[in-house]
This record gives sequence, C-alpha cells and structure tokens, in this order.
Amino acid sequence: MKKLWSILAICLMLTFLLVPVAFAAETDGAAVAAAVEAAADAPKIDTGDTAWVLVSAALVMLMTPALALFYGGMVRTKNALSTIMQSFFIIGLITVQWVLFGYSLTFGPDIGGFIGNLDWVGLNGVGQEPNADYAATIPALAFMAFQCMFAVITPALITGSFAERMRFPAFVVFTLVWATIVYDPFAHWVWGVGGWLRNLGALDFAGGTVIHILSGVSGLVACLVLGKRRGFGTSPMLPHHLPMTVVGAALLWFGWFGFNAGSSLGANGLAASAFVVTHVAAAAATLSWVFVEWAHNGKPTILGAASGCVAGLVAITPAAGFVSAVPSVIIGLAAGAICYLAVAVIKHKLGYDDSLDAFGVHGIGGTWGAIATGLFASKEVNSAGADGLFYGGGADQLITQLITIGVAWVFAAVMTFVILKAIGLFMTLRVSESEEVSGLDVSEHGERAYAQDFVAGAPIVHGHEIAQQNVAGKANLA
Amino acid sequence: MRKMTKIEIITRPGKLEELKEALNAIGVAGMTVSQVYGCGLQKGHTEVYRGTEYAINLLPKVKVETVVCEIPVEKVLETAKRVLKTGQIGDGKIFVYPIENAVRIRTGEEGDIAIIDPKA
Repeated sequence: MKKLWSILAICLMLTFLLVPVAFAAETDGAAVAAAVEAAADAPKIDTGDTAWVLVSAALVMLMTPALALFYGGMVRTKNALSTIMQSFFIIGLITVQWVLFGYSLTFGPDIGGFIGNLDWVGLNGVGQEPNADYAATIPALAFMAFQCMFAVITPALITGSFAERMRFPAFVVFTLVWATIVYDPFAHWVWGVGGWLRNLGALDFAGGTVIHILSGVSGLVACLVLGKRRGFGTSPMLPHHLPMTVVGAALLWFGWFGFNAGSSLGANGLAASAFVVTHVAAAAATLSWVFVEWAHNGKPTILGAASGCVAGLVAITPAAGFVSAVPSVIIGLAAGAICYLAVAVIKHKLGYDDSLDAFGVHGIGGTWGAIATGLFASKEVNSAGADGLFYGGGADQLITQLITIGVAWVFAAVMTFVILKAIGLFMTLRVSESEEVSGLDVSEHGERAYAQDFVAGAPIVHGHEIAQQNVAGKANLA
Repeated sequence: MRKMTKIEIITRPGKLEELKEALNAIGVAGMTVSQVYGCGLQKGHTEVYRGTEYAINLLPKVKVETVVCEIPVEKVLETAKRVLKTGQIGDGKIFVYPIENAVRIRTGEEGDIAIIDPKA
C-alpha cells in the first residue's frame, strides 16, 4: 500500500513539473500559426518526401524491437527477457527524453558549436511547417520523429555489451544520462547547424560515427567497467534461440532501408542510391563473414550470416549517401571480414567480455565505414558530399574522417567511464552472484521467458499467499 | 563381480561445469545429467504477471547420476562436497545406492565390466 502511495506521489509531481512545458507549447503554437499566415513564401511541403520520411521513421522504429530479438536470441535462457526488456524499455525512455529536451539539445539553436539550447524544449516551436535548416520539404515534426528513432536505437545497441549482468535500475539511469550528455551533444556536433564537426566537413550520412562508433566504444568501456560475466571463459555461454536472432537480423536489415535511404530526407534519386548500396553492402558482408568463418573454423554458420549482414549495414551507414554500387560491395566484403576477426580473434586475445559484440560489430564496423567514406565518397553520387581519396579528392576528406573518428572514440570512452563511475558511487551497477546465477529474468523482472512444464506455487492476493499449507503439500507430492 | 554403487547428486545448475570437471579429474568418466525441479529448505521466488504475484516454490536444479566401482565412493563424496558446498541453503543433496547389476548393451557384458572404460 505504501508503494502505491509513493507511485501516485511521483505521478503527481511529474504532472506539475510538466505543466509549464505544456503551456509554453500552447502559446507558442498560436504564435507559429500567426507566423505562417504572415509568411506566404515559407518552404513548401512535398507530399512524396513527407510520406517517405514518415514511413522511414516507422521502419527505423521497428529496428529497436528487432535488436531486442537479435540480442535476445544470443543470451542464455535465463536472461532472454532482461535483454529484450532493455531494448524495448529504451523506446519508451528515450522517446520521452527526446520530446521533452533531447531534440532541443541536439537540433535546437546552436550554442558555440557544442550543444543546442533549450528553445525547443517540449517540442516548443517544432510544428507542421518545415525547418529549412534541416529538411525544407517535410514538416519539422516529421524530421523530429525520424531523428527520435535514431536517438532510441543508439543506447539500445550498447546493451549488447553488458547483457546478462547489469542491474535494471543502474541501466535506466545510465541510459538516460548517456543519451543526454553523450548522444545529444555529439549528434549536435555532427548534424546540428553550427556543430563544430559539421563545420569541419565531416561526412556521416546516416550515423556511422554518431550512432555506431559512439555506441560500440561506449559498450567496450561499459563491459570493462562492469567486468566479465561469472564463469566467462570457463563455462559455455551459448545463444539460447538462434532462430530468434535471425528474425531480429532480418528485421534490422528491413528497417535499415528507412535508416539509410530515409536519411536523404526526401523521396528522390539519392534515397534510391542509398537504398541500393545499403542492400548491396549487407549482402556482401553476409557473404564475406560466412566465407571467412568457414575458412577459419571449418563450418559456415547461421549466426555468422546474421552477424555479417549487420556488420555490412553498420559499415555502409556513414557512406550510404556518398558512394556508388561497386564501392559498396568492397565496403561490405571488408566489413564482414574485419568484424569477424574483431569478435572471433581479437576479442579472445584481449579477453574482454563484450557479451553480444556491440563493440566488435558496431564500434569496429562503424570505424571502418567512416574511413571508407573518406576513401570512396564521390560528388557524382551526392553533390553535397565530397570526393574521397580514390575519387580524385586527395586525402583531405580522409583526414577529416579520421579526426571525427578520433573525437568520437575519445568522447565516448571518457564520458561512458565517467558516467558509470559516477552512478557506481550511489547505486550498484551489477547484480549479485546469486542473482547472476539464477538469471536476470527472475531476479530483475520476476518473469520467465519460457514456461516450465510444471509449476508449483500460488497467486498472492492482497499480500497473502493463498493456502500456503496446501501449496507446500502439493509441492511435496510433485 | 565387484560391488557397484550409484551416486546421485542434486545441486545448483550453475555448479554443473565445475562438478563435472572435478569428477573427471578423479576418474569418473560417465554420468547422466538431468534438469529437475525441486524444493527443500529454499523458499523459492516471486514472479509477477500483469500485477498478479505468484510464489514459485519449485526451483531449477541439476541431477547428476553416476555409477562407480573402482573409484572409492568416499572419494566421490569428498570431491562433490568440496566443489558444491557454499554454506548457503540450496547446495543440494547426495544420495548413495547399492547397484545389483549393470549391462553394456552394445556387447552384452554384465557386472562391473559393463561400467568400466575398457581403454583406461
């Protein structure tokens, strides 16, 4: 009962806190309506562009549940739900963060090239009219929704590195803080008008550095800070449901068309080009991962094929809007081989426990993709881009890409370390040994993914177990 | 025919790997392992589905069964106790039974010869 009252009190407090935001949005809505009437020559909405970006946003949204399945299949039975829950919960947590202040910090009016200001808190002033700074032909709300899905999936990618051992409360605090002081500023640097890496000329079409390097490197640091899973290296830790992982990978591949082709922010030739190279790179990486593993370990595996397609999709992400078909084959083939070596050879040599290879696939694949953008970018594909090393542009673009990669690595590593150490001061990051042995599904969530063939127990109504003596009797019979 | 003894160990699933290695080290090569559920002094745990709580009092355990002949039963018990004892409720139980006969189906051999590794 006491619990119930504290929950009600928290809800009430949140309501009061959000009142100013809600009212601000209303008054501003009226102001914007007036402004629109005044400005007849405001940017015009294109129906095709708007339809494509909204569909793309929905496609990218599906990627986070897809990731939940991809990761969920790779953990042991006792941790299936806790792994799926981390991704699924982030959809709720980061969407609310994004709407309340994340979007404003990332895309709001620039402060010194480092962060957006708080003018757009609660989507204040983000309306049905286009914002020509980012996308002149679609409603600002469509751009916001599309970017929201990116902000959601990035912290979800990190969960693969600390799967099977992080306490849920610590995970929630970490994710919220990380999204606010790592993702939002860095995305502003690269994509925000006035962002310093954007002004430097860094090319990142759909988020190779912003999403994959940040999440991959943060994952590496997180798994080092939390430490290895108990029994890592001595007892087998095998995927409990590979078909689930394959379904997840297939849905990621599908959603990635929205991720990359949608990043052209219009239904146009560039979107088609990004769509094609995305598909080709995923296909090429699937081949190369399978063949390299086949040569190295003697068997072509389905987990290798699923991991390979994701590695290819990661690598093509920053390059999708700047490269043509043949370079995308090369990017994909190399991604499959490089990521395989990272997770199958280097990881074991170094001995860190990145449970589901968030670093090996996203950190390494994202880094390769960002470098490849500096090699293969061509103005023939995208006049707003640049020519890379192999397309007569000299080494300039490559150097810019390397600087961006370095900044992303250092920023992600330092910030993640500091955040985890700070959270560790006032809450426990890791589950206890007995909780880890019994599994996080029961210890953190009180649920099991798969039913036992028989269960003995009783519902608890109003805090009293029903007929406890009977239960004990039944259990003895069983 | 020498005396054969069956040793049945019911314990925590997380200890299986360690127990198997320790038993292999003292020469116990064959065993049968089953996933089982049981209850004893341990209370179990609570699960919640859409707000309804359930007290679940059967806990997952592993059951390891092995039949020994040359290896002293005491040695097996000592090893199992050393590996499995945490001092907490839930470490499990060991049961020891006499065995009347054993048959190796492939060859039809009976008695102690049926459970001894011919290569060893």
